[in-house]
Amino acid sequence: MSLRNYSIALSIVIALVLQIMPMPAIADLYRPDWVLLVLSYWALALPNRVNIGVAFFTGLILDILLGTSMGVHSFAMCLCIYVLAANHKRLRNYSVWQQSIIIGIITALYNLVIFWVQHLITDIYFLLDYLWPVLSSMVIWPWLFWLLRKIRRQLRLN
Amino acid sequence: MNLMFSSGPSLPNRLVLSLLLSVALILFDHKLDGFGTTRVYLNSLVSPLQYLANLPGQMLNASASRFVSHERLFNDNAKLTHDAIVMNGQLQRLIFLQQENDRLRSLLNSPVQDNTRKIVAELMAVDNNPYSHQIVINKGAINSVFEGQPVLDDKGIVGQIMQVSSTNSRVLLIADVTHAIPVRVARNNVRLIASGSGSLDELLIQHVAHSSDLKIGDILLSSGLGNIFPEGYPVATIISIVRDESRPFSQVRAKPIAQLDRLKYLLLLWSERSSEDKQAKEEMVPK
Repeated sequence: MSLRNYSIALSIVIALVLQIMPMPAIADLYRPDWVLLVLSYWALALPNRVNIGVAFFTGLILDILLGTSMGVHSFAMCLCIYVLAANHKRLRNYSVWQQSIIIGIITALYNLVIFWVQHLITDIYFLLDYLWPVLSSMVIWPWLFWLLRKIRRQLRLN
Repeated sequence: MNLMFSSGPSLPNRLVLSLLLSVALILFDHKLDGFGTTRVYLNSLVSPLQYLANLPGQMLNASASRFVSHERLFNDNAKLTHDAIVMNGQLQRLIFLQQENDRLRSLLNSPVQDNTRKIVAELMAVDNNPYSHQIVINKGAINSVFEGQPVLDDKGIVGQIMQVSSTNSRVLLIADVTHAIPVRVARNNVRLIASGSGSLDELLIQHVAHSSDLKIGDILLSSGLGNIFPEGYPVATIISIVRDESRPFSQVRAKPIAQLDRLKYLLLLWSERSSEDKQAKEEMVPK
């Protein structure tokens, strides 16, 4: 079935669209890191299919979409997905709420790494506002986890 | 059971490989600016995603404009007609003044200001990248948009084109930390440089001597130095001046005149000189 083959790619594309969708300035601050969340789920559930290679290319697409220097997002994305894929057996056994704390830490790492890399190449300074996505990602994780698990079971992806 | 990696290098090796590749890409892109023309193709490649992301907003706009009441359209029409008449009146005067200015300039043997071509572009998306202020507009290489082109709104200068793709392009706003624009004070022609502060409603004026004649409320116009922005368009108004003698320079802040947080329609400018330059450049470079 075609949907079965493309469902992972499709979920990543949807996450990319959500990531760049224009939003009002107030909501924009709290936008969760959709791409990182979706990749995290697949890296935990199917690390044999989604790991660092996919993370690298998705990061590059994100770089082009967001207009950052090529490699900034792919650097951070690879690092975070590595942590998850390397510990996927332990993390799978956690409850969703514990996972959501781990996801919060990973999202914070992701945002901080992006900030550090950007700080090295341009002279930006840090605002605590940059860490709001951590909170919104933690809140959104259980729902996303439930949705993607349902899709994975329905389509029997492995 | 599936083995995690049936083929290929192990996980840590993959990590090291992709991190090295990322660092190489960052250095290649940022330090060497190596993706010059490739960026156009890459941007065009991902632009379907941008159009997809823009779709819900467009649909909302379309349905909103469908349900506008008759009365409101009537009022808008009356107001726009009124505005057009007033502006045409001002334009008559402007043509006369321009001719007079050209004549005076030719008497003084200084170069006559050139005409500009403009097109209207619409905002497509605002970047959610918190570290830089960029927007995407719906005009690209097929509308002969070029890198470094000045972008305005109806009030003042907004920024310049940073990357061009085939049907859309990316604008770097004047409030971005990596952007600076040469300006002069409208009142007394003091020349300054206004650089972005990273926040949308503030520009920093750098290297201002304590003795320089600036006042709060002074309007800063683009000075035309640097050959990117045309001369004489409003950029910002000065909102605060701190003259602390213990520091080498006084700290001056200004507020952009263009409303950078609520952009909708933008103007792209082509000066005749820049198109001539471009032609000259094309003639010089053998294909």
